[in-house]
Amino acid sequence: MASRWANLLCTALAAMLIPASAVLAAAASQPAASQPAVSGGGASAPIKVGAIFAITGPSANLGLPESRTAEMLVETINAAGGVNGRPIQLLMKDSGGDAAKAQALASQFIDEEHVLAIIGPSTSGETMRIKNLCQENKTLLLSCAAAETIVNPLASYVFKVPPRDADAVRLIYMTMKDHGISRIGIISSSDGYGGAGKGQLEKIAGESGMTVAISEVYDKGETDLTGVLTKVKGANVQAVVNWSALPSQSQVAKNMKQIGLDVPLYQSMGFGNVKYVQAAGESANGTLFPCGRLLVAEILPKDHPQKAVLMAYKTEYESRYKDNVSTFGGHAYDALLILTEAIKKAGGADPEKVREAIENIKGHAGTAGIFNFSDKDHCGLTIDGFEMLTVRDGKIAILAQPAAMKAMTPASAPATMKSMAPAAAPAAKAK
Amino acid sequence: MIQFGLSGITHGSVYAIVAIGFNIIYNTTGIINFAQGEFVILGAMIAITLAGVLPLPAAIALAVAATMLLGGLLELVFIRPVRHAPVLRLIVITIGLSILMREGMLHVWDEKVRALPVFTGTDTSTVTIAGAHISTQALWVLGACGVIVAALTLFFRRTTTGRAMRACADDRMAARLCGIPERWMVTLSFVLSAGIGALAGCVISPITQTQYDMGSSLAIKGFTVAVLGGLGNSMAAVAAGLLLGLLEVFTISQLPVAYEEAVSIVVLLLVLVCRPTGLFARPAAGAARAA
Amino acid sequence: MRLGRYVPVLIAAAAAVGLQQALAWREATHYLTQITMAAYYALVVIGLCLLMGYAGQVSLGHAGFFAIGGYTSAVLTTYNLMAWRDTPLIAAGRRLGLVLQRQDLYGADILSFSPWVALLIALLAAALIAVLIGLPILRLRGHYLAMATLGFGLIIDRIVLGTPLFGQADGISNVPPFGLFAGLEVNGRAMFRVSNYYIATALVLGAMVLAINLVHSRVGRALRSIHQNEEAAHSLGIDIYRYKLAVFVLSAVLAAAGGVFLTHYNASIGPSEATVMKSVRYVAIVAIGGMANLWGALVMGVVLNFLSLRGVFGTYDDAVFGLILVAIMVLAPEGLLRPSTWRRMMSQVRQTMSRRDFRKPAPSPAAPPPVEAKVHRE
Repeated sequence: MASRWANLLCTALAAMLIPASAVLAAAASQPAASQPAVSGGGASAPIKVGAIFAITGPSANLGLPESRTAEMLVETINAAGGVNGRPIQLLMKDSGGDAAKAQALASQFIDEEHVLAIIGPSTSGETMRIKNLCQENKTLLLSCAAAETIVNPLASYVFKVPPRDADAVRLIYMTMKDHGISRIGIISSSDGYGGAGKGQLEKIAGESGMTVAISEVYDKGETDLTGVLTKVKGANVQAVVNWSALPSQSQVAKNMKQIGLDVPLYQSMGFGNVKYVQAAGESANGTLFPCGRLLVAEILPKDHPQKAVLMAYKTEYESRYKDNVSTFGGHAYDALLILTEAIKKAGGADPEKVREAIENIKGHAGTAGIFNFSDKDHCGLTIDGFEMLTVRDGKIAILAQPAAMKAMTPASAPATMKSMAPAAAPAAKAK
Repeated sequence: MIQFGLSGITHGSVYAIVAIGFNIIYNTTGIINFAQGEFVILGAMIAITLAGVLPLPAAIALAVAATMLLGGLLELVFIRPVRHAPVLRLIVITIGLSILMREGMLHVWDEKVRALPVFTGTDTSTVTIAGAHISTQALWVLGACGVIVAALTLFFRRTTTGRAMRACADDRMAARLCGIPERWMVTLSFVLSAGIGALAGCVISPITQTQYDMGSSLAIKGFTVAVLGGLGNSMAAVAAGLLLGLLEVFTISQLPVAYEEAVSIVVLLLVLVCRPTGLFARPAAGAARAA
Repeated sequence: MRLGRYVPVLIAAAAAVGLQQALAWREATHYLTQITMAAYYALVVIGLCLLMGYAGQVSLGHAGFFAIGGYTSAVLTTYNLMAWRDTPLIAAGRRLGLVLQRQDLYGADILSFSPWVALLIALLAAALIAVLIGLPILRLRGHYLAMATLGFGLIIDRIVLGTPLFGQADGISNVPPFGLFAGLEVNGRAMFRVSNYYIATALVLGAMVLAINLVHSRVGRALRSIHQNEEAAHSLGIDIYRYKLAVFVLSAVLAAAGGVFLTHYNASIGPSEATVMKSVRYVAIVAIGGMANLWGALVMGVVLNFLSLRGVFGTYDDAVFGLILVAIMVLAPEGLLRPSTWRRMMSQVRQTMSRRDFRKPAPSPAAPPPVEAKVHRE
C-alpha cells in the first residue's frame, strides 16, 4: 500500500511540475514586460501583423495559398524598405480550420504581441469567432472570408476583402436572363462556403425572376455526384448552379455529362483555380462562373486598372511556388496591400488612424477588384469586381457582360471598364 | 429510376473495393486496420505522381508495390512488437498510423486534388443501359473487384500460404504448433491488404479523385460495408457494397441529399447492434470467415 | 487513510495557485487564457479516462458529447425569445430569473434562457443521449464498440453541420457570459482572466474529486474487475452492463460540462468541436496520460491542449497527436507519467532485442493489468 501512495504522490507532483515548468519556460523566453509595440516603438521598429490561416485541415485549399502569399508579399515589402521605413513583422499561425483554435491564436496576437492588425482567418466561421474580440480590443481585422455577416452588422475595426456572394449571384442571374434561363437547380456543399452561397442564391432568385426548382446540399466529402445530379435532372431544370469551394466541383461537369444532363452549368467563384478547370478536363468546356480577374490577367487589355497588380502577383507567386495562383491567395494579397496602403496614408501604426485610412481608401486596384471603402462599407467591392468567365477549349475566357449590367455600368464602373474586350458569343448556350 | 440504380452501383463498387482490404488483415489477425483508407489514398497518390513519367499500367504496378512495401514495414515496426496486446491498444495504434500517414501525405504532396486519367475512353464516356448511363470507369472498378475476389478465393483455398493464413486466423497457437511461421503470416496480410488498398485507390481515382484526407471517410464506408457483409468475407463485401450504394442513392432520391451520409452510419449502427456477423452470414458464423 | 486520497488534489490546488502567482510575477498572465481553455478540454479527458482506463471501453465519439453540451447551451442562451416575450410561460420564466434580457454589442435586445437553465438542460440532454446510445452499443466489444462510437460521433458532426439552428459550418457566436454567483462569471474577456482561471481550476479539481471517489467506491472496484476479466466479473454477479453504462453516462456528462463552460468562455462554438479528429485527440491524451491514470490524463490534457492552442505545433498539429498515439501505444502503454513505464520500456527494449517477444512483461504492481478485451470471434 505504501508503494502505491509513493507512486500516486510522485505522479501528482510530476503532474503539477510539468505544466508549471513548461509554462514558466515559455514565459521566461518572452520579454518579461511586453511593451505595446504598435503605437510606441521607435521610428524603425517593426509593425507587427498577425495572420491566422487554415493552412492544414479541411480548408487547406484556402489557407495554404493565403499563407504562401502573405509570406511572399511581406518579404517583398520589407526588401523594398518596409512601410514608412518600418519593416512588417508577420506572425503567422495555422488554425487548421478550427474556430476555437483561431480564437486562442487571435487572443494571443492581441494580448501578447499587441499586433496592429490580423489578416485572415480563411473561413467565415473562424472570422465570426474573432470579430467581436478584435472590435473590443481595437485590433484591425482584415478577413479573407466572404460571408456578409462579417461586415453586416458593421464593426468599425472589421473589414473583409473577398467580394460579396450576393454580387456573384446577381451576375449569374443576369447572365442567365440573357440566355433565356428561368428555371434552375441549385446544388451546394455542406460547408460554410456552400451554405452562404445557397442562402444568397435562394434569396435573390425571386427578385431576379428565377425559379429554384430544386436545391440540394451534398456532403463536403462527396466524391461522386451522379446521385444528386440525377435528382436534379428529374426536376427539369434549364441550368444547374453548383456552389462550393471544394475539389468536387470539377466532378460536377463530368458527372452531368455522364448522366446526360445537357444544360449549362454555372459554378461559383470557388471554381476560380486553374487546377479545377484542368481536373474537370474536356467536360469543363462551357462551364460559366463569376470570378475576379486573376485567372484572366493575361488576356485583360493593357489599360485595365487591375492589369498591373494582377500580373505582378501572378508572376511572382507562380515563379516562387511553381504553382498556379488561386483567387483565395489573392485575398491575402489584397488584405496586406490595403493594410500597408492605409499605414502609409495614416503616417504611422496608430490603430484608430489606420482604421480611418482604410475607410478612406478609394479606387485601390486589388486582385479581387477595385476597392472603394467607406465608413458604411467595409467590403469595398461591387459587382464590377466580377467578370463572367467561361471555359473554352480548356482555357478560361471572358464572357460578354450581361445586358442588365451593361445598362448600369456607365454610372458605377470606372471609365476604363467600357473599353474591355468584348468576348465572343456565349459558348454554353443551352442545346 | 434506372439512372439512380446505375449511380448507386458506381458508389457501391467504390465502397466494395475498399472493403475488401479490411478483410484480409482481419482474417489473419482479428485486427481492424483503421489506416486502410490511407493505403488507398497513398497508392493513388504514388500512381498519380509516377503516371507523369511512366505509362499508366507501369505507374499503377509500381504504386501497388511501393504501398505493399510500406504496409509490410508498418507491420514490422509498429504492430509486431505489440501483437499480443489487447484490442484497445491495437485499435489506437492503427488510428495513430492513419493520422500519421494522412499528415505525411499532406506534407509530401499537398492539399491539392489529383486524379488518374480514366483507363479507357474519355472522362465522359459512358455505357448506356436502357436509356441510363454508367461511366466506363465504374465498370473497371467492378471488374477489379471481381478479379481481386477471385484471386483471393483461389489464394486462400488453393495455396499453402493462403491456407496457412487461414489457419492463423482460426487459432494462432495451433497454427504455430503446426510449424506455420505465424508472425510472417501477419506481415504478409498487411502487405496484401496494403496492395489491394493501393490498387483500389488507383482504380477509383478517376471517379472519386484523390486528396490527402479522403482516406478516413473511405475507410468508414469500407468498414460499414465489410461489417454489413460479415467481416472477413470478401465476396459478401462486394454484394454489401453494391447494396449500400443502392440504398444511399435511393434514399437521396426520396429525402434531401444531406442525409446521404447518415444512411451509411445508421446502417452501420443497426448492423453492429442487431447482426454483428453481417447480413450474409450463416447461423454458424465461423464459416463466414473464409475468404 | 480515507482523506489521504485527496492529498494530490490539495497539491494540485496549491500548484495551480503557485502557477498563477508565478505568471503574475513574470507579467505573463496572458498564458492563463489558453490554460483555462485547456482545462475545460481536460474535463472531457477526465471522463474519458474513467471510461477507457477504468472500465476498459473505448469511445471515439466523445467530441460528440462535448458538442452536445456546448451547442445546447449556445442555442438556449442565444435563441431570441423576444417574439414570445408576453406569453405567460416566458413571463413566468423572467420573474423566476430563468429567462434573461440583455443587449448585444450592436444594441439589439435579446431575451434568452439563463445559462443555468441551459447548463442543466445541456447536461440532462447529454445524459439522456448517452443512455440511449449506450444501451445498445455498450453490448459491443473491441473494434465493434470503437466503430459504433465513431459512428455516433459522425452523426453528431453531420447534424451540427447540416442544421441551420446550429449555425451549420459557421457555428454559433455571441454566446453571453455565464454569471455564476457573487459576481463571478465565465467570461473570456481579458479582465476576467484570473478569476476564470480559478473557476476552471475549481471545476476540474471538483471533477477529479468525483472521479477519485468513484474509483475508490464499490463501483470502482466493480469496474476494475470488469477491466481485468469481464466473464469472471459477470459470474461473480456483477452487473457489468449497468456499471459500464453508468461510467459512459458520467463521462458523457463531464464532456458536456466541458462543452458548456468552454462555449461560454469562448462566447461561441463551432463544428470543429464535433469532428472525429477531436475525439481521437481526447483518446490520444488519455493514452499518453496512461489509460488508468486520472492525474496523468489531467496533466497531459492541460499541457497538450495548451501547447496546441498556442499553435506551438504549427502545421504538424494533428501529426503530433498521431505520433503520440503510435509511440505511446507501442512503447509505453501505461503512459509517460509512471515510474513503472520506464522500467517497462527498458524491459521492452531488451525483449525486442532478444526477440523473445511472446513472453509477456510482468504486470507492474502499481498499475492494474492492461485491458484484456477479447477479439470478437463467434
